[in-house]
Amino acid sequence: MRFPVLVEVRLRPGIADPAGATIQRALPALGFDGVADVRVGKAIRFTVEAADEVTARRQVEELCERMLANPVIEDTEVFLGETADIR
Amino acid sequence: MSTTVGVVVFPGSNCEHDVVEAVTGLGAGALLVWHGDRSLGDVDAIVLPGGFAHGDYLRPGAIARFSPIMSAVSDFAAAGGPVVGICNGFQVLTEAHLLPGALQKNAGSRFVCAPTELVVASAQSALTCATDVGEVLRLPVNHFEGNYTCSPETLAELQAEDRVVLRYVNNPNGSMDDIAGVCSAARNVVGLMPHPERACDPLLGSEDGRRLLRSLLVAAGSRIAA
Repeated sequence: MRFPVLVEVRLRPGIADPAGATIQRALPALGFDGVADVRVGKAIRFTVEAADEVTARRQVEELCERMLANPVIEDTEVFLGETADIR
Repeated sequence: MSTTVGVVVFPGSNCEHDVVEAVTGLGAGALLVWHGDRSLGDVDAIVLPGGFAHGDYLRPGAIARFSPIMSAVSDFAAAGGPVVGICNGFQVLTEAHLLPGALQKNAGSRFVCAPTELVVASAQSALTCATDVGEVLRLPVNHFEGNYTCSPETLAELQAEDRVVLRYVNNPNGSMDDIAGVCSAARNVVGLMPHPERACDPLLGSEDGRRLLRSLLVAAGSRIAA
């Protein structure tokens, strides 16, 4: 089966997010006064061929650990199957 | 027999010729090594130069660490061979787990391109063995992701083992503990954000980079002698 996947890569809590901070600083000038807590990450989409969902998830988690994120500074969240489609 | 420095070229590297010029100016031989090769050839030291290996896509160094040559670089390092990563090369070494920690975006979201002053914090490494602790070197930095970070445990380990080799006098990027360069536990793998190869001629405003690169040649030479 082929499963759609969405991996969200986020900076770990406590890691500086200068891109998020820069966006947040620019918002009041556009009139968006109520926006706070801006954090910038990455969304990576792909599909994976696997016998079942558990196997697919295991492959994706290994891929996250080995390549898609640097665990020193980043966390990942994996959405697989329908949840990846919706988002 | 003269010492030969292998300089790894990734797609997007852009400081390899500066490194070749700098080390040949010190009397060493230099060999450009393509990232797609699986063997390093007959070299006594390795430099991973600055630039934007594989376009810095995903994260700086994230793709480069899987280049075929990196297995040979890891083997060379494991055998005690001196390996230095400069700027993007430092990022590649952390991604390859040859050095601990990571280089995050500079504090203040600023790309920094300026001469900096560095203090030699440890003379026990492949890049500082011919320098003195406390010596101040003037080298340029040129990076966006140079803000060294690691877990508190790793930082404590680096400090306890005297593995911070260079510190900024005036921290330009928010780097933890003013770290500009660190070395491996075996002290033969060194990464630093500043560019010694760009400070090897009076015309460039500083020759202090020669102090570091000469150390690398000394480290490579003493290994040959041993």
